[in-house]
Amino acid sequence: MKTVEEIKAAIEAAVPGAGVEFVPNPSPSAQHSLRLAPESAVAVAKFLRDDDELAFDFLSNLTGVDWPDKEIAEKVKVTRQVTKTVDGPEGKVDQTVDETVEETHKRVEPGYLEAVYHLYSVEKKHGPLVIRMRTANRTDQAQLPSLTPVWRAAEFQEREIFDLYGIVFTGHPDLRRILMWDEFKDHPMRKDYVEPDDFEYEPTPHDEVLNRAQEHKSEGLGTGD
Amino acid sequence: MAVDQNLKIELGKQGIFVTTIEELYNWGRRSSVWPMQFGLACCAIEMIATTMARYDLARFGAEVFRPSPRQADLMIVSGTVTKKMAPQVVRLYNQMAEPRYVIAMGACAISGGPFKQGYNVLKGIDRYIPVDVHIPGCPPRPEALIQAFMTLQKKIDGQPLTGEGRPRHLDAEAQGEFAVPEQGEHDLEPTSNKGVWPVPITIR
Repeated sequence: MKTVEEIKAAIEAAVPGAGVEFVPNPSPSAQHSLRLAPESAVAVAKFLRDDDELAFDFLSNLTGVDWPDKEIAEKVKVTRQVTKTVDGPEGKVDQTVDETVEETHKRVEPGYLEAVYHLYSVEKKHGPLVIRMRTANRTDQAQLPSLTPVWRAAEFQEREIFDLYGIVFTGHPDLRRILMWDEFKDHPMRKDYVEPDDFEYEPTPHDEVLNRAQEHKSEGLGTGD
Repeated sequence: MAVDQNLKIELGKQGIFVTTIEELYNWGRRSSVWPMQFGLACCAIEMIATTMARYDLARFGAEVFRPSPRQADLMIVSGTVTKKMAPQVVRLYNQMAEPRYVIAMGACAISGGPFKQGYNVLKGIDRYIPVDVHIPGCPPRPEALIQAFMTLQKKIDGQPLTGEGRPRHLDAEAQGEFAVPEQGEHDLEPTSNKGVWPVPITIR
């Protein structure tokens, strides 16, 4: 198989303005991946499937990743001019001095949701190629193009990602919840999911369950000991 | 009227068979308990093994697994009850005709088991329907299911036909239908049927 860099070059040659980004994996597995721009993802996916040399005809697996908002603290050195009163030879004199202060800035990097596709080629007996797509944010712009028209295998797994992560796949033929019931409102695999509290009866609690059971006890719910 | 055991044996030696309607009735009921044919998870595989030749549940009169709740006497809740499946399990139980019994088989069916901390698993089917026999195990061996079955047979055998403790089909006042939980926005609503399962008091 071509290296991931070569595949990136091939995509850029075939699909103008594809906007593919190389995502290196620094671990020993070195399984690098390609990040596709959502606008051109379907065209790129069609190229990956139909190209004679690549022929990624089999979508093995696809999954979601939740990257929550990150708060990054940065230390910046700021130089300011400070007026100080200094004892000079002719009494007290105001003097302007440069002073370097370290200031901590906090900045919030917005989170996003990611869909990861693992592709193989049955025909060429190579793979996997990992491709990713990212949403603009985790709330109101969680849309990605569906790759179900390219690989039918994506249909159920995109429904699962929609169910558990809340990524809306535009162009999906039948986007409904698949594991949870239709009335369910949350997305359980997101990091900020609050799970329902039904720990009112815990005969042998320990660890996390013990904490949950004690919350019930302190709230006076249930009839624990 | 109870018959003295020794007298019964003595009469039996003389070729006279003495019994009571209650004994005869319960003998018939316990010897042909037909379970419902439905499985929820891996415990169902053990349940299937129990019915096959090696363990042979047919010895206890329970070989006929009915594919319809209308014809079944026993519901074996064999496996994890997810919150998506729970309303259907309660609905199937409601559709069964009296007399009906429930065996909660395995850790999941009695408490949620290894999935207890999951957001999507019901922490015991006894929160919604009355359970007669609980079997722990993950999964319980076929012997355990047979033990549960024999426990249930003992229970049926001990049920009087009148008065306190009579089976529900002989009790006009007994509750016949159990509330089917709604699938809400975050969890099942209500999270348990307080009439069936008042939150037990834990003693430590």
